[in-house]
Amino acid sequence: MKAKLEQMKAEAVREIQNSDGLAKLNEVRVAFLGKKGQLTTLLKGMKDVLPEERPIVGQLVNETRESIESLIEETKAKLEAAERDLRLKQEVIDVTLPAKKNRVGHRHPNTIALEEVENIFVGMGYEVVEGPEVEYDYYNFEALNIPANHPAKDEQDTFYINEEIVLRTQTSPVQVREMEKGKLPIRMIAPGRVFRSDEVDATHSPSFHQIEGLVVDKHITFADLKGTLAEFAKQLFGEDTKVKFRPHHFPFTEPSAEVDVTCFKCRGKGCRFCKGSGWIEILGCGMVHPRVLKMSGIDPEEYSGFAFGVGLERITLLKYEIDDMRLLYENDDRFLKQF
Amino acid sequence: MNTSLSWIKAYVPELDVTAQEYMDAMTLSGSKVEGYEKLDEDLEKIVIGQIKKIEKHPDADKLVVCQVDVGTGEDVQIVTGAPNVKEGQKVPVVLDGGRVAGGHDGKKTPGGIKIKKGKLRGVVSNGMMCSIEELGSNRDMYPKAPEEGIYIFEDDAVIGESAVKALGLDDVVFEYEITSNRVDCFGVIGLAREAAATFGKEFKPPVVAETGNNENVNDYIKVTVEDTELCPRYCARVVKNIKIAPSPEWMQRRLASQGIRPINNIVDITNYVMEEYGQPMHAYDLDTIACREIIVRRASQDETFVTLDGQERKMDESVLMICDGEKAVGIAGIMGGENSMITDSVQTMLFEAACFDGTNIRLSSKKIGLRTDASGKFEKGLDPNNAIDAINRACQLIEELGAGEVVGGVADVYGKVKEGRRIPFDPEKVNQLLGTQISKETMLGYFKKIDLDYDYEKDEVIVPSWRQDLECLADLAEEAARFYGYDNIPTTLPTGEATTGKLSFKLRVEEVARNVAEYCGFSQGMNYSFESPKVFDKLLIPEDSGLRKTVVISNPLGEDFSIMRTISLNGMLTSLSANYNRRNKNVRLYELGNIYLPKQVPVTELPEERMQFTLGMYGEGDFYTMKGVMEEFFDKAGLSGKEIYDPNSGKPFLHPGRQADVIYDGKTIGYLGELHPQVADNYSIKDRVYVAVIDMPEIVALASFERKYEGIAKFPAVTRDISMVMKKNILAGEVEKIFDAKGGKYLESYELFDIYEGAQIKSGYKSLAYSLTFRAKDKTLEEADYMPAMEKILKALEELGIELRK
Repeated sequence: MKAKLEQMKAEAVREIQNSDGLAKLNEVRVAFLGKKGQLTTLLKGMKDVLPEERPIVGQLVNETRESIESLIEETKAKLEAAERDLRLKQEVIDVTLPAKKNRVGHRHPNTIALEEVENIFVGMGYEVVEGPEVEYDYYNFEALNIPANHPAKDEQDTFYINEEIVLRTQTSPVQVREMEKGKLPIRMIAPGRVFRSDEVDATHSPSFHQIEGLVVDKHITFADLKGTLAEFAKQLFGEDTKVKFRPHHFPFTEPSAEVDVTCFKCRGKGCRFCKGSGWIEILGCGMVHPRVLKMSGIDPEEYSGFAFGVGLERITLLKYEIDDMRLLYENDDRFLKQF
Repeated sequence: MNTSLSWIKAYVPELDVTAQEYMDAMTLSGSKVEGYEKLDEDLEKIVIGQIKKIEKHPDADKLVVCQVDVGTGEDVQIVTGAPNVKEGQKVPVVLDGGRVAGGHDGKKTPGGIKIKKGKLRGVVSNGMMCSIEELGSNRDMYPKAPEEGIYIFEDDAVIGESAVKALGLDDVVFEYEITSNRVDCFGVIGLAREAAATFGKEFKPPVVAETGNNENVNDYIKVTVEDTELCPRYCARVVKNIKIAPSPEWMQRRLASQGIRPINNIVDITNYVMEEYGQPMHAYDLDTIACREIIVRRASQDETFVTLDGQERKMDESVLMICDGEKAVGIAGIMGGENSMITDSVQTMLFEAACFDGTNIRLSSKKIGLRTDASGKFEKGLDPNNAIDAINRACQLIEELGAGEVVGGVADVYGKVKEGRRIPFDPEKVNQLLGTQISKETMLGYFKKIDLDYDYEKDEVIVPSWRQDLECLADLAEEAARFYGYDNIPTTLPTGEATTGKLSFKLRVEEVARNVAEYCGFSQGMNYSFESPKVFDKLLIPEDSGLRKTVVISNPLGEDFSIMRTISLNGMLTSLSANYNRRNKNVRLYELGNIYLPKQVPVTELPEERMQFTLGMYGEGDFYTMKGVMEEFFDKAGLSGKEIYDPNSGKPFLHPGRQADVIYDGKTIGYLGELHPQVADNYSIKDRVYVAVIDMPEIVALASFERKYEGIAKFPAVTRDISMVMKKNILAGEVEKIFDAKGGKYLESYELFDIYEGAQIKSGYKSLAYSLTFRAKDKTLEEADYMPAMEKILKALEELGIELRK
């Protein structure tokens, strides 16, 4: 019996080692360990074994089974690994073939620039509000200290619907509408479309966008205006951006200023972009004129405020180095795809 | 506004700055200098030389060889072809290694032209004698220069000295952007005052001496102002025995630097004083003034008048006229008349310096369609006190230049005298507004520099009448700030009550729209708000459609931009068309922009502005792609219910069989469809175009970003497939409506998995196959749980004539 076991084991080992695949190995397993396998057949001979030898033979049988089983497992693992390796080798792909992209659309550069500006001011506690694009003359001019027949009305080349209604020439009327609500303090920006009767060319469009800013509270100072816009410029154009405030005139602010920032192309050295000056003008601002506060029902003795207006297209064109404003309204896919 | 540096220096003699320093400092103190031109930028090594000897060139008929004394002790030999040279003449000579600005033809060469010694036809030439054009100027500015050839100096020119200096070309011309409130800075004196204050130098304006003979102007002229509102002041003086001659070179040069062509002494003086004081003046030939009388009155309706440019112009009653005893002789503040203009033979003239109402001049100038230098100045609203100074200055110049004999006295009609405004001063408040700590004395020091006086007793700042822009304390704060330096004001951030930064809900919904559109492959476009009324025909919109009631712009840039859009499709289709014609493939665009719906026509109140989310595409994708984008948006915007698609949407611009209104909760929230081929044709797109328009105000009203976790189903679902045969005209929506209505509480979802028309089905019919999923939250479903619902569904289907497919 023992000899038979030894012989069978040797045979099994040989067969296992000769197995060249998982299927063959399985055949071997069935042939030796299966229900009708050799081991089972051998076990039928147990009845001929002397009772006192049975435990020993039984142990021997178990050992033989275990050793065959473990050899099969071992071989199986090897064969599987070999087969996986083979499969991996066969599955090599050309990784330089084109990608399968989910076609995602592109945001308009104006919107991207606007969102950047909005994020900066929202972070500083400003609310983003809107006002009508077709506006009363009162809000667009009169309430902003631009009375009837004021030359500034001509300067702005207004589109009129009738004597009382215009296409707003600036986002400043939103200031007035916000102040009239009577809820103080105010920290708001108002982005939106504005209109002026300029013929279309590379630097003009009869329709463009502004972002108005307004802060009204007690003790607001020109220094606060400077600090706020300096922070804005740094966040928008980079930490090393400097701002320069130049005196200017707007009917609805006093004192007023125009603001230049370090040219973001040459960082102030002077280039074609900034016409050699190292500075680029980006916005107008000032302390809200006391008359404007008063007209909107705010007591200028108690409250003060500052306001600013940024041309969105100006920022977009500068930021992305777009050389023709018309591109912004042509909606050419090849243009939009670049943002 | 331009000024030369030399003219500014005439009133600020101590000013010693480079052009760049001047530009920077003036800009920072509020007089923005846009740029400057150095007249001698490209002029180098140019001296005054005297031609000692002229000999013929041995080898060229048209050339001569000159020996020129340039003050170095040794004559310089120069070969020239200029036709006008004579021995003894003093001329500008550019020496070897020097530069001139351009050629004879007046064309400037950037960087100038370098002059080197060389040989001309074998004869050495060590420099060049220059024409005025080569010096970068022209005969308009230097009328004395010969038409062709070398510029010739007067005999008193000093040999060896700089010719550039002698010609006044060692100057810089600055170009300013003066803001409309600073009327005073439209004159050289005003700018000089600013320059003096900016650089801390003494300001020395011209001293106007008393002028005139013993006669009395009132014996020559009587002035009556009928409308003192429109003409607050009218000053007139008389000059007799006029001798018309060229004005002196210094005056010509100053005018030239402003871009004004010298003409003769009288005209030049008028222009000079206009530039100097910012006060336009007019000269009449007194002999043409009937009755020796000036009457300032409004024109009569349709009065016609021939201005000195020979044009006949028509007035109305709002236009102010200058008249004599019989007729009009000028349009006040705009242009004089042909009938009274000065000619070379003038004997006696009437000088006018007046102040007119700025608004009236502006409106009249617009009405008549005539804008002049004078009207441009008057319309800003001039200081009446400036008029008398200007006219006296002009008379002073007339005497100085010997241009005539000034008659004593001024005929001055001045109603309400304009006094300097007084502003209560509160330095603490100024500091509060600026965020500074500038002392009162420092502020008063700044004010003094620009001639603002201070009344210590009343604690008031007294503003001179030329600073009409200064009205309140905030204005004084700006004056203090600009001389303190905007740069020196600290930078702080607002303190006080904290506020929450946020986007409005509407803007948040729009952000979702942008995100969804972009995820789905649509890029954002922007279109104009105004368009052509022809758009409606292009879109096949019927004549009587409400969409044709629009907000009309009364002064549009042209018909193509004349109405505010009431439908957003034209912009989208125009953009798609542009893309199509540029052969861009598979284009998908979206736009978020307003339409403008008038509440009444003609408009009497603000129109309703409705934000439209418009999508358009051609190329890949179809109706259902577009529908998918819409539903993705509705889902992300938190519209939790089900949209209904009504094919009877009746949009004339869409394919009649491929369009639908989108209805949610009984409200139409948008529409979609395939573009009508006729419309596609109108936009030159030869492809199927799909569009969708979502009315954002409806979405904003329905949208919600609230979400609640509902748990993940724990129990298994039961799926039942049904395949149905029905008439072709039955809509899937109708079938789904039955599922919704009869599906019971366990019906979780349903999904169309097959649609078939063809050989296996009788004609006129189609087959739809749906998979229905039932699930309970709290148990595993038994057949008995969902079968009643299935039966109800089948029964309802049967009632619609729908059979189950066997």
